Amino acid sequence: MPNMRPDKNPMPHQDPQVRACNFNEVALGYTKEQAIDEAQRCLNCKHRPCVSGCPVQINIPEFIAKVAEGDFEAAYQIISKDSALPAVCGRVCPQESQCEAKCVRGIKNEPVGIGRLERFVADWHNANATEKAVAPASNGHKVAVIGSGPAGLTCAGDLAKKGYEVTVFEALHLAGGVLVYGIPEFRLPKSIVQKEVDTLKELGVKVETNMVIGRAITIDELKEEFGFEAVFIGSGAGLPKFMNIPGENLKGVYSANEFLTRINLMKAYKDGADTPIQHSTRVAVVGGGNVAMDAARCAKRLGAEVYIVYRRSEAELPARAEEVEHAKEEGIIFKTLTNPTEILGYHNPDDPRDPKNGSVAGIRCVEMTLGEPDASGRRRPIVKEDSQFDIELDCVIMALGTSPNPLIKSTTEGLETEKWGGIIADENGLTSRENVYAGGDAVTGAATVILAMGAGKTAARAIDEALSK
Amino acid sequence: MYRIVKKRVLNPTVSLMEIEAPAVARKAEPGQFIILRVDEEGERIPLTIADFDRQAGTVTIIYQVVGATTEKLNHKEEGEFLQDFVGPLGRATETEGLKRVAVVGGGVGTAIAYPVAKKLHEVGCHVDLIVGFRNKDLVILEDEFKAASTNLIIGTDDGSYGKKALVTDLLREQIEAGAKYDRVITIGPVIMMKFVCQLTRQYDIPTVVSMNPIMIDGTGMCGGCRLSVGGETKFACVDGPEFDGHKVDFDEAMARGAMYKDFERHAHEAACNLFKQEVQ
Repeated sequence: MPNMRPDKNPMPHQDPQVRACNFNEVALGYTKEQAIDEAQRCLNCKHRPCVSGCPVQINIPEFIAKVAEGDFEAAYQIISKDSALPAVCGRVCPQESQCEAKCVRGIKNEPVGIGRLERFVADWHNANATEKAVAPASNGHKVAVIGSGPAGLTCAGDLAKKGYEVTVFEALHLAGGVLVYGIPEFRLPKSIVQKEVDTLKELGVKVETNMVIGRAITIDELKEEFGFEAVFIGSGAGLPKFMNIPGENLKGVYSANEFLTRINLMKAYKDGADTPIQHSTRVAVVGGGNVAMDAARCAKRLGAEVYIVYRRSEAELPARAEEVEHAKEEGIIFKTLTNPTEILGYHNPDDPRDPKNGSVAGIRCVEMTLGEPDASGRRRPIVKEDSQFDIELDCVIMALGTSPNPLIKSTTEGLETEKWGGIIADENGLTSRENVYAGGDAVTGAATVILAMGAGKTAARAIDEALSK
Repeated sequence: MYRIVKKRVLNPTVSLMEIEAPAVARKAEPGQFIILRVDEEGERIPLTIADFDRQAGTVTIIYQVVGATTEKLNHKEEGEFLQDFVGPLGRATETEGLKRVAVVGGGVGTAIAYPVAKKLHEVGCHVDLIVGFRNKDLVILEDEFKAASTNLIIGTDDGSYGKKALVTDLLREQIEAGAKYDRVITIGPVIMMKFVCQLTRQYDIPTVVSMNPIMIDGTGMCGGCRLSVGGETKFACVDGPEFDGHKVDFDEAMARGAMYKDFERHAHEAACNLFKQEVQ
């Protein structure tokens, strides 16, 4: 008989007051007992609606059944057939709108904690499994993967398992893409990402860091001079958007990308770090997505009072509910239905050499109301008359989204892109160039880790079909 | 890891290093830059490519010790390794169709002006290379400059070498004496580039400046290097580093460049103290 308790086993967390002052992981993970108990809530439905909600179709009821039996390694093997990065996805997937949204238990009560179980299984494997991955014999085909984020890592792993000689090119000095520069340590410990990269290397994948494709080597050169028969572009969406309002270039205005990269990749939050970051007293983060929540929670951990400034209402916040809740618990102040019109600068009229000249002094905002739904289906924010007000602060972080980096497009002739920069690819990831595939945020614009993984998998399958002809 | 093939002290605070980086040397062009990290904990700093040798697979950088990272870099010797070295980044200098150019450099910026002057000189352009230093002891690369120019003009602030004049004065002299420049290319401290641009605007000479703002990734991802150019925001790392000097907002660039000054001062002192302790 399944365990018919209506609610999920709660996830153990660091206390909000404590965690708001450290960068350690917020969610602590299930114990063995909690995992088995939670797994027993699964009804093991015949029609498996949860699987259809998973972008990579993990055999969810099967792995959960193994957890319920206490055979965690078997559970891991089931997940890893379909997912290359379970420890990552168990943490950052929006399960509430995917697998768990389809869970039958969720109709009347809370769904099974599928994400929490996935995380438990992956962590258990990482802590207990001793077997190393083994590189299969080479099939003699060379494939280049551009970018080492979730799409690139997945594509590289799937191809390597089939015997392809895969080289991953990464522009930064560390592999992992958004998993290392974007998502903070307290949500996704970097040791987990490193473990995934190490596993790929065991499979025979070469990882070349410090290689900016488009500058050091072009895609045409990869194919013609370096002998790669196929190329997968998983270069992500790294180009930050700004609002184009006055004052955006003042000292103390960061893109979320810059702020998070300084903290996550460069470890600027650590005492004695070589890379500087501004330790502010009051910060406004403009935007309402997961990246905005990450930036806000990082700023909080650096000791600031933090505002989220978002032009629609709380109901429209694009961030995961869990992230919003965590941010609130940590004391982030939400100013919804608020839109900045100008960033105010400090200027000392008596002293042109005052070092504070040219830095942020505040943000000017207007209040908004919601009108009719717009093209995105969300109600359009409209400026309320005579509602202007200022907030005094010393740092503004723009978290308005990102678009694909134009570097590869501008250096690859014949590679077609959308007007907004996304690379055009068919359902198999094939672009307008022969044997050049693309997937993840580089194609879709900023989306989720799991969708990027799915695109990496699809492209790997298509590349295998094309090259084994 | 990237091996230091050669190190040469140019003056008390400026040194040159040749780094083994075949992937960078393969494509490097004058005007482009690299980003390096000295060690595993190091910050990423951009440095302009001062020279390159495609056959030997080496790239030359010239740096002035100004902060903790350049201090650490300066403690590395021939045969040792740098953690990371990525490039070439940014756009190359456009040299096509130029007949007569003044290349104006100040301080360590002269080292960056060198490859540009060299390339122009090689393609047959008449190059007046105007370089300025604070005093005689700080003059660097004189032989290289001579070989890369039609006409080398050196000035020092105190008159201890060459003419006692600022580079702007030296440039004005040339223009007043009838030199007809298709373009002025200026590289050095932001304040110097600002004054060169003020001068050339009076004479309506197209002027290119090479900006070296704070940046992290160098591929357009962080936006830390953004500048206002003709009222538009540009990223120095991908749109530059060279821009139309008559359109750049230099005051904003100077303010942004000073963003971490306090931090850098403290970090530099800490690094110096650490090295002193090691010596003791």
